[in-house]
Amino acid sequence: MDNRIDKKFQQLKREKRKAFIPFITAGYPSLKATEKLVLALEQNGADIVEIGIPFSDPLADGPTIQDASFQSLKKGITLNQIFDCVLKVRKTSNIPIALMTYYNPVFHFGEKKFITKAKQCGVDGLIIPDLPPEEALPLRKYAKRQKIATIFFLSPTTTMERMKKIVKASTGFIYFVSIAGVTGARKTLPQALLSKVKKAKNMTSKPVCVGFGVSTSNHVKEIARVADGVIVGSAIIKEMKKSLHSKNMVNKVGRFVRTLSCGLKIK
Amino acid sequence: MPETLMAMLAELEKVFAAAMKDKKFKEEFNFYLKEYASRPTNLYYAGRLSGYLKTLRVYLKREDLLHTGAHKINNTLGQILVAKRMGKKRIIAETGAGQHGVATATAAALFGLKCDIYMGEEDIRRQALNVYRMKLMGSSVIPVKTGSKTLKDAMNEAIRDWVTNVADTFYIIGSVAGPHPYPLMVREFQAVIGREARRQFLKKENKLPDYLVACVGGGSNAMGLFHAFFNDKNVKMIGVEAAGKGLYSGKHSAPLAIGETGVLHGSKSSLLQTKDGQIRIAHSVAAGLDYPGVGPEHAYYKKIGRAQYESVTDAIAIGGLKLLSRTEGIIPALETAHAIGYLEKLAKKVKKKSSVILCLSGRGDKDMNEIKEFI
Repeated sequence: MDNRIDKKFQQLKREKRKAFIPFITAGYPSLKATEKLVLALEQNGADIVEIGIPFSDPLADGPTIQDASFQSLKKGITLNQIFDCVLKVRKTSNIPIALMTYYNPVFHFGEKKFITKAKQCGVDGLIIPDLPPEEALPLRKYAKRQKIATIFFLSPTTTMERMKKIVKASTGFIYFVSIAGVTGARKTLPQALLSKVKKAKNMTSKPVCVGFGVSTSNHVKEIARVADGVIVGSAIIKEMKKSLHSKNMVNKVGRFVRTLSCGLKIK
Repeated sequence: MPETLMAMLAELEKVFAAAMKDKKFKEEFNFYLKEYASRPTNLYYAGRLSGYLKTLRVYLKREDLLHTGAHKINNTLGQILVAKRMGKKRIIAETGAGQHGVATATAAALFGLKCDIYMGEEDIRRQALNVYRMKLMGSSVIPVKTGSKTLKDAMNEAIRDWVTNVADTFYIIGSVAGPHPYPLMVREFQAVIGREARRQFLKKENKLPDYLVACVGGGSNAMGLFHAFFNDKNVKMIGVEAAGKGLYSGKHSAPLAIGETGVLHGSKSSLLQTKDGQIRIAHSVAAGLDYPGVGPEHAYYKKIGRAQYESVTDAIAIGGLKLLSRTEGIIPALETAHAIGYLEKLAKKVKKKSSVILCLSGRGDKDMNEIKEFI
């Protein structure tokens, strides 16, 4: 496929590094902030950035991201505004970007239209937590044509048989959900996580990245021993909340993210 | 649906299919429907109501006479038997008006399972009586404070709980919505309504009814009534949604009337949504009709023209509630009152005297506090 995401993983492989992938909710606290945050994330160690499209019914999200989505929607944020935001980011950055969204907004926009617009704005990947690959056949086809990665999920409850199908359908990378649960920073990650990730890695040469619950640099280091990348979302949004409306928010978040990502730099 | 639930849904589909073929399962289900819930329910000819309407001969299918006062128990008894079959020790449910919550708490008490019920804060206020009933039967009622604090948010929270506790927890969904196999499973458990009604009507009138009328929120009582008559081409089906303060007021719950196709809670159906695909908040005086979506099978029936979908406002529904109370001495639930409210419109539309089976999905005791303001 060879879009920015693929190229990034190829580069990481050469440099023997793991990917650090932060997630932020678009429009929280504002679209301007989102633009600045993406650039700050890049400057502080992000290899790929996930931008979340807020949804009225985020059933895979815990209270932190639920709240960020709700606040963003309260301001009247629209899909088109988010696409414009990505376009603006692209003027100064080449960082790989994946959009994370629930399925209904994509369905309503029109799958083909959505993929085309995403490509035009410089999006490299699409992550849809409530769309299993077997329901995504037309979407995967359009995405492949437009060279947009379709990243599917593995979870601790996924059977081996199903794992094979999901691994085959995913492009860009595979999102391994660390826990049976919703998003939200946790203190500890489950015991069996690393062995499960190893099983997934044994099935494929595609990059496997772990997310959900990751909140400390220790988590990041531990996961990086087995996985190809680490995804952090709620912990970053929690950090944002501490200084949400202050002038320094973006800088503070940048510094926090650096403490997480620097664990991956040494190899 | 999130990946974490896919294995469970696949297993549930298999277990349900096997249960439907298992004679013992069917016997056990029928036993509880009969001995515990009090089936069969009567099909009662409402003479005074029909006299008032003049052009309609109305038969009431008395689901309000079931234990717990609504049709919801048909489904919870069926699903709890499936949960038992899967060895699950804990039940969760979502509830709007509280009837499904009560029916779930009832089944959980009957089978000795732990039960947590998610209910929107706004609904807890509107249906306090039902909240007490659930707690008295040993279930916990967990208030949902996010979103619109009503049914769709309760369903979101229940799904989040399920994603987290999928190994030991069974989610009993209250209507013909949600991910497959739920719409199918709930319909199969509610289909007893239509099978009985069909048999009873044939016995009384020696022919089939002209119309079937039922209120539609998620659509379980309507699908329960309609399903058995699917192949009876001359039987017309009418589902009645809640038009709230009016279809163009922005405050209603009529996705089949003016919603668009979308995906919510794991199924593709008609939804109330914004032009960006965000889900709108539904409004109705009836808490049980407050769902911005509708069961996918109803969307299908509408698409193929098998059923027609109408809607009535809060005011007309309240009128329907008063009408049935005064002509027949039966106080219907606010949800059911929507179907009754529609009868006056239907009576004016029909070209000749027609027979109707109306699904009296529930009794109105739970609504007395809400109705006080309108009497």
